[in-house]
Amino acid sequence: MKYLISLVLGFTVGIVLFVLLLYINPLTSRSTLSPIAVGSGEIINLTYSAAIEDSIVFTNSGETRRHPHPAKVLQLWEAPVRNTRVAATVLRDSRGDVAGLGIKFSSDSEDTNLLNGEALVDSAWHIYLPGQGTLFIEQRENYWSYLREIVLPAAWSSADRWKGNWHGTITNGPGALGTSRVTGGSGEFAGLVTDGIESITAQAYSMDRGPVAAEAQLTIEVPENVDTASAELLD
Amino acid sequence: MFKTFVTGVFLGLVAAAALLYFVPVVNQQRETSIISVNPNGGNSETFHINIPMDRIMVGAQSRSTPLPTGMNWPEFAEFEGLRTEMFKVRNARNAVIGVASRLAASSDEQAAIVEWVLHFPARGSMYLSMQNEPVEGGYRIGEMRAGSKEFVELTGRVVERWVPDQSGSGDGRSGRIELVSQFVGVLEEEPVEEEVL
Repeated sequence: MKYLISLVLGFTVGIVLFVLLLYINPLTSRSTLSPIAVGSGEIINLTYSAAIEDSIVFTNSGETRRHPHPAKVLQLWEAPVRNTRVAATVLRDSRGDVAGLGIKFSSDSEDTNLLNGEALVDSAWHIYLPGQGTLFIEQRENYWSYLREIVLPAAWSSADRWKGNWHGTITNGPGALGTSRVTGGSGEFAGLVTDGIESITAQAYSMDRGPVAAEAQLTIEVPENVDTASAELLD
Repeated sequence: MFKTFVTGVFLGLVAAAALLYFVPVVNQQRETSIISVNPNGGNSETFHINIPMDRIMVGAQSRSTPLPTGMNWPEFAEFEGLRTEMFKVRNARNAVIGVASRLAASSDEQAAIVEWVLHFPARGSMYLSMQNEPVEGGYRIGEMRAGSKEFVELTGRVVERWVPDQSGSGDGRSGRIELVSQFVGVLEEEPVEEEVL
Protein backbone atom coordinates (compact mmCIF):
# COMPACT_ATOMS: atom_id res chain seq x y z
CA MET A 1 0.00 0.00 0.00
CA LYS A 2 2.78 2.42 0.91
CA TYR A 3 4.37 1.82 -2.51
CA LEU A 4 1.10 2.75 -4.20
CA ILE A 5 0.82 5.94 -2.14
CA SER A 6 4.43 6.75 -2.95
CA LEU A 7 3.81 6.20 -6.67
CA VAL A 8 0.68 8.40 -6.69
CA LEU A 9 2.48 11.09 -4.70
CA GLY A 10 5.43 10.97 -7.11
CA PHE A 11 3.06 11.10 -10.09
CA THR A 12 1.39 14.24 -8.69
CA VAL A 13 4.76 15.86 -7.99
CA GLY A 14 5.81 15.00 -11.57
CA ILE A 15 2.79 16.77 -13.04
CA VAL A 16 3.35 19.83 -10.82
CA LEU A 17 7.03 19.87 -11.82
CA PHE A 18 6.06 19.73 -15.48
CA VAL A 19 3.65 22.65 -15.12
CA LEU A 20 6.36 24.64 -13.32
CA LEU A 21 8.88 23.84 -16.06
CA LEU A 22 6.36 24.96 -18.66
CA TYR A 23 5.74 28.19 -16.76
CA ILE A 24 9.37 29.17 -16.20
CA ASN A 25 10.66 27.84 -19.52
CA PRO A 26 13.39 30.37 -20.39
CA LEU A 27 13.35 29.32 -24.04
CA THR A 28 9.97 30.99 -24.54
CA SER A 29 10.83 34.63 -24.00
CA ARG A 30 8.73 37.66 -24.81
CA SER A 31 9.44 39.48 -28.06
CA THR A 32 9.79 43.23 -27.55
CA LEU A 33 11.74 44.22 -30.67
CA SER A 34 9.70 44.79 -33.79
CA PRO A 35 11.30 43.53 -37.02
CA ILE A 36 9.67 46.54 -38.73
CA ALA A 37 11.17 49.08 -36.33
CA VAL A 38 14.68 48.22 -37.49
CA GLY A 39 13.76 48.67 -41.16
CA SER A 40 14.37 51.87 -43.12
CA GLY A 41 10.87 52.25 -44.61
CA GLU A 42 8.13 54.58 -43.43
CA ILE A 43 5.58 53.19 -41.07
CA ILE A 44 1.93 53.77 -40.20
CA ASN A 45 1.16 53.60 -36.50
CA LEU A 46 -2.40 52.97 -35.35
CA THR A 47 -3.29 52.59 -31.70
CA TYR A 48 -6.42 51.48 -29.91
CA SER A 49 -7.49 50.79 -26.37
CA ALA A 50 -7.49 47.07 -25.57
CA ALA A 51 -10.07 47.56 -22.80
CA ILE A 52 -13.38 45.97 -23.79
CA GLU A 53 -15.41 48.92 -22.44
CA ASP A 54 -13.55 51.24 -24.83
CA SER A 55 -14.53 49.25 -27.92
CA ILE A 56 -17.61 50.16 -29.96
CA VAL A 57 -18.74 46.54 -29.94
CA PHE A 58 -17.16 43.37 -28.54
CA THR A 59 -18.76 39.96 -28.72
CA ASN A 60 -17.82 36.38 -27.95
CA SER A 61 -19.58 33.20 -26.86
CA GLY A 62 -20.86 34.93 -23.73
CA GLU A 63 -19.61 31.99 -21.66
CA THR A 64 -16.29 33.49 -20.59
CA ARG A 65 -15.44 35.97 -17.85
CA ARG A 66 -15.00 38.68 -20.48
CA HIS A 67 -18.56 39.75 -21.20
CA PRO A 68 -19.76 41.13 -24.54
CA HIS A 69 -20.10 44.89 -24.88
CA PRO A 70 -22.72 46.32 -24.98
CA ALA A 71 -24.59 43.68 -23.02
CA LYS A 72 -27.33 43.16 -25.62
CA VAL A 73 -25.04 42.43 -28.56
CA LEU A 74 -25.63 39.16 -30.44
CA GLN A 75 -23.40 36.45 -28.98
CA LEU A 76 -21.37 33.87 -30.90
CA TRP A 77 -22.77 30.78 -29.18
CA GLU A 78 -22.90 28.45 -32.20
CA ALA A 79 -20.27 25.68 -32.08
CA PRO A 80 -18.22 26.74 -35.16
CA VAL A 81 -17.80 30.30 -33.83
CA ARG A 82 -17.72 29.61 -30.08
CA ASN A 83 -13.94 30.16 -29.88
CA THR A 84 -14.11 33.42 -31.82
CA ARG A 85 -14.17 37.06 -30.72
CA VAL A 86 -15.15 40.07 -32.83
CA ALA A 87 -14.47 43.68 -31.89
CA ALA A 88 -15.02 47.02 -33.60
CA THR A 89 -12.88 49.86 -32.34
CA VAL A 90 -11.74 53.39 -33.10
CA LEU A 91 -8.14 53.60 -34.30
CA ARG A 92 -6.01 56.60 -33.46
CA ASP A 93 -2.75 57.92 -34.85
CA SER A 94 0.42 58.47 -32.85
CA ARG A 95 -0.86 61.91 -31.76
CA GLY A 96 -4.08 60.46 -30.39
CA ASP A 97 -6.31 61.87 -33.16
CA VAL A 98 -8.98 59.73 -34.77
CA ALA A 99 -7.43 57.87 -37.70
CA GLY A 100 -10.08 55.32 -38.62
CA LEU A 101 -12.12 52.34 -37.66
CA GLY A 102 -11.01 48.72 -37.29
CA ILE A 103 -12.83 45.42 -36.95
CA LYS A 104 -10.84 42.54 -35.52
CA PHE A 105 -11.78 38.86 -35.81
CA SER A 106 -9.85 36.51 -33.50
CA SER A 107 -10.15 32.73 -33.28
CA ASP A 108 -8.19 30.31 -31.10
CA SER A 109 -5.77 28.46 -33.36
CA GLU A 110 -5.69 24.68 -33.63
CA ASP A 111 -1.90 24.97 -33.97
CA THR A 112 -1.64 26.04 -30.32
CA ASN A 113 1.20 24.09 -28.73
CA LEU A 114 1.85 24.89 -25.07
CA LEU A 115 4.94 22.65 -25.08
CA ASN A 116 6.59 25.18 -27.41
CA GLY A 117 5.16 28.19 -25.60
CA GLU A 118 2.61 28.86 -28.32
CA ALA A 119 -0.86 30.04 -27.28
CA LEU A 120 -1.90 30.94 -30.80
CA VAL A 121 -4.77 33.01 -32.14
CA ASP A 122 -5.59 33.46 -35.84
CA SER A 123 -6.83 36.98 -36.43
CA ALA A 124 -7.87 39.30 -39.23
CA TRP A 125 -8.33 43.07 -39.30
CA HIS A 126 -10.64 45.02 -41.60
CA ILE A 127 -9.51 48.64 -41.39
CA TYR A 128 -11.00 51.84 -42.82
CA LEU A 129 -8.91 55.01 -42.79
CA PRO A 130 -11.07 57.96 -43.99
CA GLY A 131 -9.67 59.77 -47.00
CA GLN A 132 -6.98 57.15 -47.47
CA GLY A 133 -8.43 53.73 -48.05
CA THR A 134 -8.90 50.30 -46.57
CA LEU A 135 -6.58 47.57 -45.34
CA PHE A 136 -6.84 43.87 -44.54
CA ILE A 137 -4.40 42.39 -42.05
CA GLU A 138 -4.00 38.67 -41.63
CA GLN A 139 -1.91 37.46 -38.73
CA ARG A 140 -1.15 34.76 -36.24
CA GLU A 141 -0.72 35.97 -32.67
CA ASN A 142 1.06 34.30 -29.80
CA TYR A 143 -0.35 35.19 -26.38
CA TRP A 144 1.89 32.87 -24.34
CA SER A 145 3.98 35.65 -22.77
CA TYR A 146 0.85 37.71 -22.15
CA LEU A 147 -0.81 34.75 -20.41
CA ARG A 148 2.29 33.88 -18.41
CA GLU A 149 3.22 37.38 -17.29
CA ILE A 150 -0.19 39.05 -16.93
CA VAL A 151 -3.17 36.68 -16.90
CA LEU A 152 -1.73 33.96 -14.64
CA PRO A 153 -0.35 36.42 -12.04
CA ALA A 154 -3.80 38.11 -12.06
CA ALA A 155 -5.49 34.74 -11.52
CA TRP A 156 -3.17 33.93 -8.61
CA SER A 157 -3.62 37.37 -7.04
CA SER A 158 -6.12 37.52 -4.17
CA ALA A 159 -7.64 40.61 -5.79
CA ASP A 160 -7.90 38.90 -9.18
CA ARG A 161 -5.92 41.78 -10.66
CA TRP A 162 -2.51 42.47 -12.17
CA LYS A 163 -0.72 45.82 -12.23
CA GLY A 164 2.62 46.66 -13.76
CA ASN A 165 4.27 47.60 -17.02
CA TRP A 166 4.31 45.09 -19.84
CA HIS A 167 5.12 45.51 -23.49
CA GLY A 168 5.31 42.75 -26.07
CA THR A 169 4.81 41.95 -29.71
CA ILE A 170 1.98 39.49 -30.18
CA THR A 171 2.21 39.02 -33.94
CA ASN A 172 3.89 35.73 -34.75
CA GLY A 173 3.37 35.27 -38.48
CA PRO A 174 2.65 34.32 -41.19
CA GLY A 175 5.59 36.44 -42.44
CA ALA A 176 9.07 34.95 -42.30
CA LEU A 177 10.18 37.50 -39.69
CA GLY A 178 7.09 36.94 -37.59
CA THR A 179 5.19 39.76 -39.28
CA SER A 180 1.57 39.93 -40.39
CA ARG A 181 0.50 40.11 -44.05
CA VAL A 182 -1.11 43.45 -44.94
CA THR A 183 -3.14 43.91 -48.14
CA GLY A 184 -4.45 47.26 -49.33
CA GLY A 185 -7.97 47.32 -50.71
CA SER A 186 -8.85 50.79 -51.91
CA GLY A 187 -7.75 54.41 -52.10
CA GLU A 188 -4.05 55.02 -51.87
CA PHE A 189 -3.57 51.56 -50.39
CA ALA A 190 -4.98 49.79 -53.48
CA GLY A 191 -2.56 47.09 -54.55
CA LEU A 192 -0.41 47.44 -51.44
CA VAL A 193 1.09 44.24 -50.06
CA THR A 194 3.33 44.73 -47.07
CA ASP A 195 4.13 43.65 -43.52
CA GLY A 196 2.89 44.70 -40.12
CA ILE A 197 2.99 43.81 -36.47
CA GLU A 198 0.72 44.25 -33.47
CA SER A 199 1.98 44.88 -29.97
CA ILE A 200 0.40 45.48 -26.58
CA THR A 201 1.43 47.79 -23.76
CA ALA A 202 -0.44 46.86 -20.58
CA GLN A 203 -0.61 48.48 -17.15
CA ALA A 204 -3.57 46.75 -15.50
CA TYR A 205 -5.56 43.55 -16.00
CA SER A 206 -8.62 42.27 -14.21
CA MET A 207 -9.84 38.66 -14.33
CA ASP A 208 -13.42 39.89 -14.57
CA ARG A 209 -12.97 42.67 -17.12
CA GLY A 210 -9.88 41.62 -19.07
CA PRO A 211 -7.41 44.37 -19.95
CA VAL A 212 -8.32 47.47 -17.90
CA ALA A 213 -5.47 49.79 -18.82
CA ALA A 214 -3.84 48.55 -22.00
CA GLU A 215 -3.10 50.00 -25.40
CA ALA A 216 -2.45 48.03 -28.54
CA GLN A 217 -0.49 49.29 -31.49
CA LEU A 218 -0.63 48.28 -35.15
CA THR A 219 2.54 49.10 -37.05
CA ILE A 220 2.43 48.81 -40.83
CA GLU A 221 5.42 49.21 -43.09
CA VAL A 222 4.87 51.36 -46.17
CA PRO A 223 7.04 50.40 -49.14
CA GLU A 224 8.89 53.34 -50.69
CA ASN A 225 7.02 53.21 -54.00
CA VAL A 226 3.62 53.75 -52.33
CA ASP A 227 2.41 57.34 -52.31
CA THR A 228 0.69 57.83 -48.99
CA ALA A 229 -0.47 61.33 -48.30
CA SER A 230 -0.99 60.20 -44.74
CA ALA A 231 1.30 62.71 -43.13
CA GLU A 232 -0.76 62.62 -39.97
CA LEU A 233 -0.23 58.91 -39.56
CA LEU A 234 3.40 58.66 -40.42
CA ASP A 235 5.89 58.79 -37.64
CA MET B 1 10.02 3.31 -1.51
CA PHE B 2 12.12 6.32 -2.68
CA LYS B 3 12.69 4.53 -6.01
CA THR B 4 8.91 4.16 -6.40
CA PHE B 5 8.48 7.87 -5.67
CA VAL B 6 11.09 8.80 -8.29
CA THR B 7 9.41 6.48 -10.80
CA GLY B 8 6.11 8.22 -10.04
CA VAL B 9 7.71 11.64 -10.65
CA PHE B 10 9.10 10.43 -13.97
CA LEU B 11 5.74 8.95 -14.98
CA GLY B 12 3.99 12.20 -14.02
CA LEU B 13 6.36 14.23 -16.19
CA VAL B 14 5.92 11.89 -19.15
CA ALA B 15 2.13 11.70 -18.76
CA ALA B 16 1.76 15.51 -18.61
CA ALA B 17 4.01 15.96 -21.66
CA ALA B 18 2.15 13.22 -23.57
CA LEU B 19 -1.20 14.77 -22.68
CA LEU B 20 -0.17 18.17 -24.00
CA TYR B 21 1.41 16.64 -27.10
CA PHE B 22 -1.41 14.34 -28.15
CA VAL B 23 -4.55 16.11 -26.90
CA PRO B 24 -5.29 19.28 -28.89
CA VAL B 25 -5.75 22.36 -26.72
CA VAL B 26 -8.03 23.94 -29.34
CA ASN B 27 -10.41 21.93 -31.49
CA GLN B 28 -12.54 24.08 -33.77
CA GLN B 29 -15.92 22.67 -34.73
CA ARG B 30 -16.12 22.12 -38.50
CA GLU B 31 -19.19 22.09 -40.66
CA THR B 32 -18.77 20.13 -43.88
CA SER B 33 -17.98 22.54 -46.73
CA ILE B 34 -20.70 22.52 -49.41
CA ILE B 35 -18.72 23.22 -52.55
CA SER B 36 -19.76 22.52 -56.13
CA VAL B 37 -17.36 22.20 -59.03
CA ASN B 38 -18.01 24.54 -61.96
CA PRO B 39 -18.03 23.07 -65.49
CA ASN B 40 -15.41 25.58 -66.65
CA GLY B 41 -13.08 24.93 -63.73
CA GLY B 42 -12.87 26.22 -60.22
CA ASN B 43 -15.45 25.74 -57.53
CA SER B 44 -18.42 27.55 -56.14
CA GLU B 45 -19.74 27.99 -52.61
CA THR B 46 -22.78 29.87 -51.34
CA PHE B 47 -22.95 31.72 -48.04
CA HIS B 48 -25.84 33.72 -46.69
CA ILE B 49 -26.84 36.03 -43.86
CA ASN B 50 -30.39 36.03 -42.53
CA ILE B 51 -31.63 39.56 -41.92
CA PRO B 52 -32.24 40.75 -39.27
CA MET B 53 -31.37 37.80 -36.97
CA ASP B 54 -27.71 37.45 -38.05
CA ARG B 55 -26.87 41.14 -37.70
CA ILE B 56 -24.36 41.78 -34.92
CA MET B 57 -23.82 45.48 -35.53
CA VAL B 58 -24.93 48.28 -37.81
CA GLY B 59 -22.99 51.49 -37.39
CA ALA B 60 -23.79 54.62 -39.36
CA GLN B 61 -24.16 58.25 -38.44
CA SER B 62 -27.59 58.57 -40.01
CA ARG B 63 -29.03 55.69 -37.93
CA SER B 64 -31.43 56.80 -35.20
CA THR B 65 -31.63 53.48 -33.31
CA PRO B 66 -28.29 51.78 -32.64
CA LEU B 67 -27.77 48.07 -33.23
CA PRO B 68 -26.91 46.48 -30.84
CA THR B 69 -28.99 48.36 -28.27
CA GLY B 70 -26.75 50.40 -26.03
CA MET B 71 -23.99 50.89 -28.60
CA ASN B 72 -22.39 54.32 -28.74
CA TRP B 73 -21.46 54.84 -32.37
CA PRO B 74 -18.60 57.37 -32.55
CA GLU B 75 -20.01 60.55 -34.09
CA PHE B 76 -16.72 61.76 -35.56
CA ALA B 77 -16.82 63.85 -38.73
CA GLU B 78 -14.29 61.42 -40.22
CA PHE B 79 -16.92 58.65 -40.23
CA GLU B 80 -19.49 60.58 -42.25
CA GLY B 81 -20.67 58.46 -45.16
CA LEU B 82 -19.44 55.24 -43.53
CA ARG B 83 -21.74 52.29 -42.87
CA THR B 84 -20.20 49.41 -40.94
CA GLU B 85 -21.97 46.11 -40.42
CA MET B 86 -21.04 42.85 -38.71
CA PHE B 87 -22.87 39.57 -39.26
CA LYS B 88 -22.92 35.87 -38.59
CA VAL B 89 -22.43 33.92 -41.82
CA ARG B 90 -24.28 30.69 -42.69
CA ASN B 91 -23.64 27.94 -45.21
CA ALA B 92 -26.17 26.39 -47.60
CA ARG B 93 -27.51 24.20 -44.77
CA ASN B 94 -28.32 27.33 -42.76
CA ALA B 95 -25.64 26.53 -40.14
CA VAL B 96 -23.56 29.39 -38.76
CA ILE B 97 -19.96 28.83 -39.89
CA GLY B 98 -18.34 32.22 -39.47
CA VAL B 99 -18.57 35.96 -39.00
CA ALA B 100 -18.22 38.86 -41.43
CA SER B 101 -17.82 42.61 -41.68
CA ARG B 102 -19.11 44.83 -44.48
CA LEU B 103 -17.81 48.35 -44.98
CA ALA B 104 -19.54 50.76 -47.32
CA ALA B 105 -18.16 54.26 -47.54
CA SER B 106 -18.54 57.23 -49.81
CA SER B 107 -17.02 60.66 -49.49
CA ASP B 108 -15.91 63.61 -51.56
CA GLU B 109 -12.26 62.68 -51.02
CA GLN B 110 -12.33 59.17 -52.44
CA ALA B 111 -14.38 56.83 -54.58
CA ALA B 112 -17.14 54.77 -52.99
CA ILE B 113 -16.03 51.56 -51.26
CA VAL B 114 -17.92 48.33 -50.62
CA GLU B 115 -15.88 45.59 -48.96
CA TRP B 116 -16.34 42.36 -47.07
CA VAL B 117 -14.12 40.37 -44.74
CA LEU B 118 -15.39 36.85 -44.09
CA HIS B 119 -13.80 34.95 -41.21
CA PHE B 120 -14.31 31.21 -40.79
CA PRO B 121 -12.51 30.00 -37.62
CA ALA B 122 -11.75 26.52 -38.95
CA ARG B 123 -10.93 27.59 -42.51
CA GLY B 124 -9.42 31.09 -42.65
CA SER B 125 -10.45 34.54 -43.82
CA MET B 126 -11.14 36.20 -47.15
CA TYR B 127 -11.04 39.85 -48.16
CA LEU B 128 -13.48 40.86 -50.88
CA SER B 129 -13.63 44.12 -52.77
CA MET B 130 -16.99 44.77 -54.45
CA GLN B 131 -18.15 47.03 -57.29
CA ASN B 132 -19.43 50.38 -56.11
CA GLU B 133 -22.70 50.14 -58.01
CA PRO B 134 -24.84 47.01 -58.42
CA VAL B 135 -25.32 45.68 -61.94
CA GLU B 136 -28.68 45.07 -63.56
CA GLY B 137 -30.73 42.66 -61.47
CA GLY B 138 -29.46 44.00 -58.17
CA TYR B 139 -26.24 41.98 -58.13
CA ARG B 140 -22.95 43.37 -56.96
CA ILE B 141 -19.84 41.67 -58.26
CA GLY B 142 -16.52 41.68 -56.47
CA GLU B 143 -13.16 39.99 -56.39
CA MET B 144 -11.08 38.33 -53.74
CA ARG B 145 -8.15 40.55 -52.82
CA ALA B 146 -6.53 38.35 -50.19
CA GLY B 147 -7.13 35.28 -48.10
CA SER B 148 -5.63 33.25 -45.31
CA LYS B 149 -5.22 29.54 -44.56
CA GLU B 150 -7.59 27.62 -46.87
CA PHE B 151 -8.19 30.70 -49.06
CA VAL B 152 -4.59 31.92 -49.36
CA GLU B 153 -3.96 30.35 -52.76
CA LEU B 154 -7.37 31.05 -54.27
CA THR B 155 -8.44 33.79 -56.62
CA GLY B 156 -11.78 34.61 -58.19
CA ARG B 157 -14.95 36.58 -57.85
CA VAL B 158 -17.93 36.86 -55.54
CA VAL B 159 -21.49 37.88 -56.27
CA GLU B 160 -23.53 39.67 -53.60
CA ARG B 161 -27.29 39.95 -53.85
CA TRP B 162 -30.29 40.66 -51.66
CA VAL B 163 -32.94 37.94 -51.66
CA PRO B 164 -36.26 39.04 -50.09
CA ASP B 165 -38.04 36.45 -47.93
CA GLN B 166 -41.15 35.18 -49.65
CA SER B 167 -41.68 32.09 -47.53
CA GLY B 168 -44.30 33.73 -45.33
CA SER B 169 -42.96 31.76 -42.39
CA GLY B 170 -43.64 34.64 -40.00
CA ASP B 171 -40.30 34.29 -38.24
CA GLY B 172 -39.54 37.98 -38.70
CA ARG B 173 -37.03 37.39 -41.47
CA SER B 174 -37.07 40.10 -44.12
CA GLY B 175 -34.67 38.33 -46.42
CA ARG B 176 -31.07 37.29 -46.78
CA ILE B 177 -27.82 38.60 -48.17
CA GLU B 178 -26.39 35.93 -50.44
CA LEU B 179 -22.72 35.69 -51.30
CA VAL B 180 -21.75 33.24 -54.04
CA SER B 181 -18.02 32.66 -54.42
CA GLN B 182 -16.38 31.29 -57.55
CA PHE B 183 -12.75 30.58 -56.87
CA VAL B 184 -9.93 28.88 -58.69
CA GLY B 185 -6.51 27.93 -57.38
CA VAL B 186 -3.58 30.11 -58.41
CA LEU B 187 -1.55 28.31 -61.05
CA GLU B 188 1.96 27.52 -59.95
CA GLU B 189 4.72 26.16 -62.12
CA GLU B 190 5.66 22.59 -61.30
CA PRO B 191 9.29 22.29 -60.22
CA VAL B 192 11.30 20.72 -63.03
CA GLU B 193 12.64 17.39 -61.89
CA GLU B 194 16.21 16.68 -62.72
CA GLU B 195 16.60 14.06 -65.39
CA VAL B 196 17.65 10.75 -64.00
CA LEU B 197 20.89 9.74 -65.61
